[in-house]
Amino acid sequence: MEYRTHLMVCSGTACVSCGAFNVKKLLEEEIVKHGLDKEVLVVGTGCQGFCAQGPIVVVKPDDIFYQLLKPEDIPFLVEEHFLKGRPVAKLMYTPPGEKAQIPTMSEIGFFNKQRLIALRNKGLIDAEQIDDYIGREGYNALIKVLTEMTPDDIVNEIKASGLRGRGGGGFPTGIKWEIAKKSPGETKYIICNADEGDPGAYMDRSIIESDPHSVIEGMLIGARAIGAREGVVYIRTEYPLAIKRLEKAIDQAREYGLLGKDILGKGFDFDLRIKQGAGAFVCGEETALMASIEGKRGMPNKRPPFPAESGLWGKPSNINNVETFANIPWIILNGSARFASIGTEKSKGTKVFSLVGKINNTGLVEVPMGITLNEIIFDIGGGVPNGKKFKAVQMGGPSGGCIPAELGDTIIDYDSVNATGAIMGSGGMVVMDETTCMVDVAKYFLHFTQEESCGKCTFCRIGTKRMLEILQRICDGKGVEEDIAKLEELAAQIKDSSLCGLGQTAPNPVLTTLKYFRHEYEAHIFDKKCPARSCKPLLTFEINDNCIGCTACARVCPPKAISGERKAKHVIDQDKCIKCGACYDTCKFNSIDVN
Amino acid sequence: MRIKRKNPVRNCSLPDEKVDLSLLDGLLKKYAGMKGSMISILQGTQEIYGYIPKSAIRKISEEANLNESDIFGVVTFYSQFRVNPVGKYIIKVCHGTACHVQNANDITSALMLELNVDDGATTDDRLFTLESVSCLGCCGLAPVITVNEDVYGKLKRNDIPKIIKQYRDKEEGTNG
Repeated sequence: MEYRTHLMVCSGTACVSCGAFNVKKLLEEEIVKHGLDKEVLVVGTGCQGFCAQGPIVVVKPDDIFYQLLKPEDIPFLVEEHFLKGRPVAKLMYTPPGEKAQIPTMSEIGFFNKQRLIALRNKGLIDAEQIDDYIGREGYNALIKVLTEMTPDDIVNEIKASGLRGRGGGGFPTGIKWEIAKKSPGETKYIICNADEGDPGAYMDRSIIESDPHSVIEGMLIGARAIGAREGVVYIRTEYPLAIKRLEKAIDQAREYGLLGKDILGKGFDFDLRIKQGAGAFVCGEETALMASIEGKRGMPNKRPPFPAESGLWGKPSNINNVETFANIPWIILNGSARFASIGTEKSKGTKVFSLVGKINNTGLVEVPMGITLNEIIFDIGGGVPNGKKFKAVQMGGPSGGCIPAELGDTIIDYDSVNATGAIMGSGGMVVMDETTCMVDVAKYFLHFTQEESCGKCTFCRIGTKRMLEILQRICDGKGVEEDIAKLEELAAQIKDSSLCGLGQTAPNPVLTTLKYFRHEYEAHIFDKKCPARSCKPLLTFEINDNCIGCTACARVCPPKAISGERKAKHVIDQDKCIKCGACYDTCKFNSIDVN
Repeated sequence: MRIKRKNPVRNCSLPDEKVDLSLLDGLLKKYAGMKGSMISILQGTQEIYGYIPKSAIRKISEEANLNESDIFGVVTFYSQFRVNPVGKYIIKVCHGTACHVQNANDITSALMLELNVDDGATTDDRLFTLESVSCLGCCGLAPVITVNEDVYGKLKRNDIPKIIKQYRDKEEGTNG
């Protein structure tokens, strides 16, 4: 049936958390109520990326973008726009600091600087319908490799594209496949790493939620290239929606004969299963991941032997990340030359980032390699909210580092980002403003790696603990002069003496903040001050003369440390104060001083 | 959504509550003879009981022919598995990077004050369990907590008492 209008309701996790399913249901009800159900179709899509503005509805073909929808808006919206044909301006997006709404998606800065390859189908298809994917050239790449290409052709095409692993390491995918292909053995495995553990990064989940078949097709092509007949997707159990959609996609692919025996009548057998992780960051490491698939504790093993020679169950195995697989069908269909024409000399194509933290346009963006950090943060991200100053951006999660605002001209490619001391990583990009304390950020990441260290290597297990203690001491105002030198010494030793990437990179957040923000460490240690006013033990809260005695602060103070007569200036008992900041948040008269 | 345990299990003194072990039969049958299925069995077990009871470890060990020590090793390695019973409402405070820079620590401390429990612990009335997790993946809503399936975003410390009150009122309503 032909519909005049499609309403694409974003059903990614963030929008669902904000009530997208309810919005979808109400839209459907209202449309039926007005007798429009033969003209207007409501479609649930994967993540649109603009997560801060959810729930989101995009009207096709007009491309009108509605955001921050509440259930009570829906009856009005349906009546005005879809019955009377008058788009509703007040539900459209207004850029921060501006007054005029922007009606269409393509005019919004957040979208129009992006270049979509891995996310090519985002918001355009119903992730739970294989026919939608097929309608967008889905599985054409599989047909092409099975009918026109030999496994060597596939490997060469991927090598020529210059695609590098999107999980963080940046190892050339084509070379990885070539090694696995050459490795002797009847049984080989192809594994998709969807154990997305970096806090602040969620592109893999989003790709699976919005376009699961692109990952399945990428794995099929990889399996054909290396000669694998079995595949495993190792996915975090914390991603229930992604798991559900992937299960559904696998079932549909099987039903269509795209998984199983003799695929497309070409004598190619391949099947796929899902293995749910159980919550261990270290399982993102290849050898630990395979140990976990085998049902064991996810602890890394030494290499060699490399997984390509002896991986899962001792068989040759090849592991790629979700985003890497999602790029594959596009490269096969559009050619390696076209892919390689995007980006810089050594980093080709695009990269998906999750842009989060102190930024106006939080969400998921796919940008061409070679774009600068400033373009991402200001043109796409809309800058830092509340008039605050952009201070730094953290890239690469716990293995990465902080790039200061002065280096905002850094271009996005593996080598330029590495040169700053951070890493590309899986694509988390956390923006920080002047109120973020860099010592505290370093402490945060070290706390994370310390907890997630599997405990196998002494330096990673104990060294990170010692570093964390030093950082805790500094943040508590008890730092001593030698602390910085000790941190640097421990960092070097942990990097040298750890078996896997977790330990080798764990000190990076400390090293980069020391490199660019040493003065903040020194202020904590020598002056006992936190320049960002974030480390609570170094702060004092006092009430100034603006106080009119409204008693609001005294009422919210958890330890009842604030006293004073109604309509008279209040005082904080410093001995009782737990420095929680509740008074500061509550006061409407700017009368709480934080020093 | 990684659970950070404040007090990781350091010895084998797991609580030994009486549970109906026959609930495990279907699960053990489903995975019988499948290699590498220990994690899946444990995930199924936790789905049934809300945690991994000590007696369940023994039963799995006997029926799936696995060492109790190996099972215990896996249970304590992965943060998904709990060895203590949990409250009716599990409150997960996101401590992903985005939430951290938006003061997630304040949210946890406000909840600790409100519920009078440590992070990772369950209230005496078994109504609430407070957990810190890393990244729920809705960074646009930072700071975020979930109470069972309900999501609360863009929180301020002062929002906490009324959120908790909602659940307490609901419980009193059902009991009284």
